[in-house]
Amino acid sequence: MAKFFAITIVVIAIASAIPIVMHMWPMPQDISVHGPLIDEQMADTMAEAGISFLAAQFILAAFIWMFSNRSREAKIRRFPGGAMGLVIAAVLLVGTEVLALGVFGTKAWAAVYFTPPSADAMPIQVQAGQFAFYFRYPGPDGKFGTIHPDKIDEANENFFGLDLTNDPAAKDDIVAAEMAIPVNKEIHLLMHTKDLGHSFYVRELRVQQDFVPGLDLSLHFTANKIGKYEIVCTQLCGLGHYNMKAYLEVMSQDDFNTWLKQQAANQ
Amino acid sequence: MHDMSTHPAQHHHTAPTSFIRKHVFSLDHKVIGKQYYGLALIAVYIGMALSWLMRLHLGWTNLAIPGLQWLSKTGAPGGVMTPEYYLQLMTMHGTIMVFFVLTTAPFAGFGNFFLPIQVGAEDMPFPRFNMMSFWITFVAFIILMTAFFVGDGPPLSGWTAYVPLSAIGAAAGPGQGLGQILWAASIATFCIGQLLGSLNFITTTLDLRTRGMTLMRMPLTVWAWFITSCMGLTAFAVLLPACILLILDHVAGTSFFIASGLVVNGALVPHSGGSTLLWQHLFWFFGHPEVYIAIVPGVGIVSHVLITNMRRPLLSSKVLIGCMATLAFLSYVVYGHHMFVSGMNPFSGLVFSFPTLIITIPATIIVLIWIGSLYGSKIRINSASLFALGFISMFVSGGVSGFFLAQPSLDIYLHGTYFVVGHFHMVMAVAALFGIFTGTYFWFGKMFGRMMNETLGKIHFWLTFVGTYAIFMPFHYLGFAGNVRRYQAFVDDYLQPLIPVHRYITVAALVTGAAQLIFLYNLIHSRFWGPIAPENPWEATSLEWITTSPPPFDNFGGKHIEVFHDPYQYGIEGSTNDYVMQNSPEQIHTERDEK
Amino acid sequence: MATTVHEPPKIGPVRGAKTARGNGGWNLVPADGDLRVGERGSPPPASVGVWVGMAAITMSFAAFTSALIVREGASSDWQHFSLPSILYINTVLLLISSFTLELGRRSVARVMSRSQDQAKAPPLWFYVTLALGVLFVAGQYVAWLKLKSEGLYLATNPSSSFFYVLTAAHALHVCGGLGGLVRVIRKLRRSDLRRSTLDATSYYWHFMDVLWLYLLMLLWSKM
Repeated sequence: MAKFFAITIVVIAIASAIPIVMHMWPMPQDISVHGPLIDEQMADTMAEAGISFLAAQFILAAFIWMFSNRSREAKIRRFPGGAMGLVIAAVLLVGTEVLALGVFGTKAWAAVYFTPPSADAMPIQVQAGQFAFYFRYPGPDGKFGTIHPDKIDEANENFFGLDLTNDPAAKDDIVAAEMAIPVNKEIHLLMHTKDLGHSFYVRELRVQQDFVPGLDLSLHFTANKIGKYEIVCTQLCGLGHYNMKAYLEVMSQDDFNTWLKQQAANQ
Repeated sequence: MHDMSTHPAQHHHTAPTSFIRKHVFSLDHKVIGKQYYGLALIAVYIGMALSWLMRLHLGWTNLAIPGLQWLSKTGAPGGVMTPEYYLQLMTMHGTIMVFFVLTTAPFAGFGNFFLPIQVGAEDMPFPRFNMMSFWITFVAFIILMTAFFVGDGPPLSGWTAYVPLSAIGAAAGPGQGLGQILWAASIATFCIGQLLGSLNFITTTLDLRTRGMTLMRMPLTVWAWFITSCMGLTAFAVLLPACILLILDHVAGTSFFIASGLVVNGALVPHSGGSTLLWQHLFWFFGHPEVYIAIVPGVGIVSHVLITNMRRPLLSSKVLIGCMATLAFLSYVVYGHHMFVSGMNPFSGLVFSFPTLIITIPATIIVLIWIGSLYGSKIRINSASLFALGFISMFVSGGVSGFFLAQPSLDIYLHGTYFVVGHFHMVMAVAALFGIFTGTYFWFGKMFGRMMNETLGKIHFWLTFVGTYAIFMPFHYLGFAGNVRRYQAFVDDYLQPLIPVHRYITVAALVTGAAQLIFLYNLIHSRFWGPIAPENPWEATSLEWITTSPPPFDNFGGKHIEVFHDPYQYGIEGSTNDYVMQNSPEQIHTERDEK
Repeated sequence: MATTVHEPPKIGPVRGAKTARGNGGWNLVPADGDLRVGERGSPPPASVGVWVGMAAITMSFAAFTSALIVREGASSDWQHFSLPSILYINTVLLLISSFTLELGRRSVARVMSRSQDQAKAPPLWFYVTLALGVLFVAGQYVAWLKLKSEGLYLATNPSSSFFYVLTAAHALHVCGGLGGLVRVIRKLRRSDLRRSTLDATSYYWHFMDVLWLYLLMLLWSKM
């Protein structure tokens, strides 16, 4: 049975690796400027994790094969180097490996979080609420009107609680149920939640960030491929969590201008 | 440190005579251990049934599950699960499994039974606190179960109960009123039970060791339980205040966690100023040590059983102990890796990520010590050793996905996906479960006086080993594809091609689940009709094997035990057997003294 | 594998333990004059246990403290108010109770070093301590009433919320200490009191003092 066990471990290890190696369910192609850094980090980690995984399982299997069913007279042997050897090996190899991953990974993280949005990034505000995303563009005045929670009126489509009568900045705000952005233009996404925790996740953009009640959070990114993508909520927010999504359309600048004009007309 | 205890445990009580005193309100640590194990057994089958319901729904969203409507008329009209009921069952699945199975069986169950015996004590120093700790845990379980049957059912906020979803009450969703309060009350009660248990474990280890039982002569299981109880003491002591504050936000109108200006269900929430992230900090400060509380006893049990079945000690017990202690210590400074995309200061993200990566090192050393000790050993294959070896495989598989999640830049993509779910199921749930199985097959004879059936055990092992890989490996692929977790159905465009994978997983889960019924049958059948267990069926060396199976009520029949050796004297050439019992005065010297 | 043999480690006779425990360990100066004797062998479980318990309680109050600090910084709605002056009186009562508890301990030790009969040890100082403890809890309740009369309830303001939560949690633990004192008195009168039990109960009680001083300082600086 021991030998069968060893073989099973090897088979399972290889079978586990196959879908990864064959790209059976791969990450979608990245469409963002900061994405390649993340993808490179992911590939490096996959290589190191994959090698560690396969090596450990194979050696485990080998030792189970070799050292089961030994005769009563067989001698107990000590692994060369003993415990200290293994400790040193682990500290050196694994230590270097993880420190390298950590150090190089800060670049990708910094690209997302430690660089401020550029001055001409286009501001868009996204509001998350049970169970929909709404997007707001500041309009020609470039200013967002104030949000008044007590004025929120979904029936009359005042999703953000804007004071359209008294607030000049609010009058030209454009509210939409889907998000359109021009390609190759940096976006400064201001995140606001109406009720509780949600999250903004676009796989292709390599972007994910929670909405936190009480905190003004923001993200910035630049999409560099035209197309239609899905924004989904990844923070459990209630019974409609699975259905909470919106489309992100990355368009050419001209198409975007047309789109925005249409939205403005529909307000 | 007080290396040698001269404290024979003052036996505070004489042998009980009445049924109630013997089997219900017992002060005997062995009975308490069995009660904990029994509670965990009930909990794990409930938790597993919940997972079947979840998986059926995930594979076939509109499936009418016959009988489900009797559990909840509103949650499953005609047997078809509503979206909210999926989340409610999911919340209960996680809560039951983490608290009442993984914290209970390996630690409170086996630890209560074997810790005093393995250190040569007659019982624990505070038997009444110990009895209370079990019954408080039991009450906590009952409180949690009642959530199924009240109003609109159990909470749907997940076992993590993030605020404000879990704090603002019924307006946030079904089950968020009374259900959430019962959840918080149950967990708070559970904390108290665990604190009393940890008190006994720590004091027993420090104070009640028998003559000659120095700290370094304690078996690795004792070290594991001791380290775990130190974690439990500090971690549960933080979760308790958090739950109290959560309950106050619900019933007393306070605003510890609820921010201002929230509009839920068309109405302004009458709370303001609270901190959303405060809950996450408090919860994960508890939550990360908790996952080590779940796994460290398994590390101890697996080491203990492996050594016996390899017929040689580990390359270095000291190193293994040091690694367990390091894991425990580091577990407090890594918790922020659950919060990389939470809106926490991004600089904190880097600060938490480094110790998270470093924690790989002691975990790796543990695996290497095991594998290195297998080299040149004489492995015996039986149900217990199969599960112990399987633990190593599972721990490796579950651990390597941690490489990814420890890095905040990769967590941007993987957070909230099935990759996380795969990681923690493999490294914590399945591995810890393997640890529980290892302990069960190894110690059942000692605990109940009859041996488990080996053939059934091996069948159980094969189906479970292959089955759990079949279930949880695909979770990682789903995660790489961006499959979001905690969804009751997959409506997004990009998720459609993944639904066949979910259906496959469901089938694997049902088959593997059915295999667990073999284990249940084996337990029950062996308990009454299994072959009588000898005193030392495994030719093992630690103190539990010098007494009868099961042990008498004072563990050693009044004998005062004296210990002369380290616990794992195997492979001794100068001796008649290939092992020497810990209390044998036989003079020996082994090369492992080079540690 | 080595086959050499050597002597098994010798377990030396532990001399002092029996002497120190022979009369329940009541001798502050052990019979054979060696003060170190009491240190050999491990401490009685009650002593270790009480430190373990205090560690857990400390962690809980640390959690409450960090919650307070975070909550204060999360929003600008923290309303300051002056602490009811009875709190200071309660503090003094609690400190005196620790003092009287120590007097009680020493009187028991004095009696024990002279005779074996615990029942000759008057429990007076323990009753005084108990009474002071009850007064403390009652005084805390009076402080609550004072706050209520000013319109500060549990949910009025985060600062008042924490005031009630912290003082209630502490008072609850003090009540546990009161239970411990009652147990000590009953055992004393039955000549059934072990030194370790008395010590553990006393350490716990003093810990309630220290904890209260900390909480008072926290409340004073934050409220």
